[in-house]
Amino acid sequence: MTAANGAPTLVVDGLQTHFHTRAGLLKAVDGVSFTVEKGRILGLVGESGSGKSVTGFSIIGLVDPPGRVVGGRILFNGEDLAQASESRLRDLRGNRIAMIFQDPMMTLNPVLRIDTQMVEALQAHQKMDRATALARARDALGQVGIPSPDERLKSYPHQFSGGMRQRVAIAIALLNRPDVIIADEPTTALDVTIQAQILFEAQKLCREVGTALIWITHDLSVVAGLADEICVMYAGKVVEQGAVDRVLDHPLHPYTRGLIGSVPSRNRRGQPLTQIPGMAPSPLALPAGCSFRPRCPRADEGCKVPPPMAELAPGRYARCIHPHLEEAAAA
Amino acid sequence: MTVFLIRRLMQAVVVLFVMSLIVFIGVYAIGNPIDILISPEADQIERERAIEALGLHLPMWEQYLVFLQRAVTGDLGRSFAFSTPALELIVERMPATLELAIAAMGISILVGIPLGMWAGFRPESLAGRAIMAGSILGFSLPTFWVGLMLIMVFAVHLGWLPSTGRGETVEFLGLQVSIFTLDGWSHLLLPAFNLALFKMALVIRLTRAGMRENLLMDYVKFARAKGLSTGRVIFVHVMKNIMIPVVTILGLELGSVIAFAVVTETIFAWPGMGKLIIDSINQLDRPVIVAYLLITVSMFIIINLVVDILYSVLDPRVRLKEMKS
Repeated sequence: MTAANGAPTLVVDGLQTHFHTRAGLLKAVDGVSFTVEKGRILGLVGESGSGKSVTGFSIIGLVDPPGRVVGGRILFNGEDLAQASESRLRDLRGNRIAMIFQDPMMTLNPVLRIDTQMVEALQAHQKMDRATALARARDALGQVGIPSPDERLKSYPHQFSGGMRQRVAIAIALLNRPDVIIADEPTTALDVTIQAQILFEAQKLCREVGTALIWITHDLSVVAGLADEICVMYAGKVVEQGAVDRVLDHPLHPYTRGLIGSVPSRNRRGQPLTQIPGMAPSPLALPAGCSFRPRCPRADEGCKVPPPMAELAPGRYARCIHPHLEEAAAA
Repeated sequence: MTVFLIRRLMQAVVVLFVMSLIVFIGVYAIGNPIDILISPEADQIERERAIEALGLHLPMWEQYLVFLQRAVTGDLGRSFAFSTPALELIVERMPATLELAIAAMGISILVGIPLGMWAGFRPESLAGRAIMAGSILGFSLPTFWVGLMLIMVFAVHLGWLPSTGRGETVEFLGLQVSIFTLDGWSHLLLPAFNLALFKMALVIRLTRAGMRENLLMDYVKFARAKGLSTGRVIFVHVMKNIMIPVVTILGLELGSVIAFAVVTETIFAWPGMGKLIIDSINQLDRPVIVAYLLITVSMFIIINLVVDILYSVLDPRVRLKEMKS
């Protein structure tokens, strides 16, 4: 758990991001805490609507109205971003904290050439003449494995395949050598071979450059191979947290267990997949107490009180009063 | 590119041919110009002589063939009313109309795009709402009424600007133009604004819609995540994307502004083509009507071509050789 490389790069503490909609107050993120250290990879896992993307956008200060960060702290190298001014955030964005988005077809501007889109990212943060910026852009493209980067700089996004576009997006994120990269499902839209390449590159870069990486995904198998730690989110809260191998092998929270059970596996070939019954609750009408209560096989009267996040085993945190401790203990 | 142009040219010839046929039949159906051109007191012999001189004694299909034969040599016939070549008559009036149309287009772009962008950027703001309300007025107020009001306010009551005519003109590249004199500008301003009003409303709405749509796109969020300033995101990233539909529509509208400046030209007594066509229709001056419509169609064809070329400049995903039509 404790990194040898020193102080945490990013500490998110009790983050709350709420949306004031006409239908009512929507608590998209409600008290999320985690820590990412230099050169480490955190997997942020959850279903659609669990608040994992909003968490990412909150960190970088790009939550669109009616959404707003209403509570908690986002400590980036000790500086609280939740209190930072817009101009300070703009200085950090793309410079110290970069973000990669889900759909590479949509993230690059279709009418601007790649060189334009890369050079502007550099010039937004430091005085740099075009030739130097182009050289940096070319190096970044080479770094993410794009062949003949000189020619590719002059291309438009539609002349790239999906996987290549995502590499370009990653290269843009890398340009200013950020301390933190937030990757919001960056491989979801790609086919598996490309996905594997991108994951490999991401891991390599993290280790080499010492960038902290937050990898947001709904795909447990991606996290299993990539991340050091994992945060499982459900209805705006982190329900389980810990080292990735231990969480995936012996989940404590019934929800994590349900998630893992619904992934097809070779070991359980021919057996029906165990689904989580019911549907994720509407964030406007969350059940009182534990949000997972209506779908949980272990729920009882005690679950009507919101369960606290507790260290149930060394380095293992979960928000549950009926955790699957017996298996973790047996391991 | 060359193949594209040649194909376009061939299509243009076909369109012009079909157009001329339809117009010819249409004009034939309106009425007999002889009844208007020759005084009722004229005797039978005079009447027949006139009919023969104008070529009206031939059956319609034969008249059409004669017209076609001359048309390929560039002769679109002589005006019945003025006895001068119809083409010459129109070309003479063309600079005035073009000037008016281009000034109107310029106003609607220079005013409409910034207003539309602001209305799309801050749709909930007071200014944003006011701009949209104004654009509804621009759409729904009839041109002739707005024209009369402009004359009332600026020419009659305030006396700032003249209400009719073209003012002082100077020769430029062999054409009479008024935009190089102050007097010309003062005459141009009111009619150009009148003609621009509807287009301005259109541009505002198009720009606003494009702005709102594009601001939600992932590429905007990604650009912001790169730490770009709002100005750069709006004026480089978003604006170039908005311009694609705006250029398309404006191109098409430029044709209609030229062709249908009739109302404005009538109100402000602007000596352009629109006034000529109205007079010609009243007098059943067939050659002028036909020539006018053919020129208008040619103009639309040329404008469409320019728009397609511009389109490929703005949007790298569109390349001319890939275009089917």
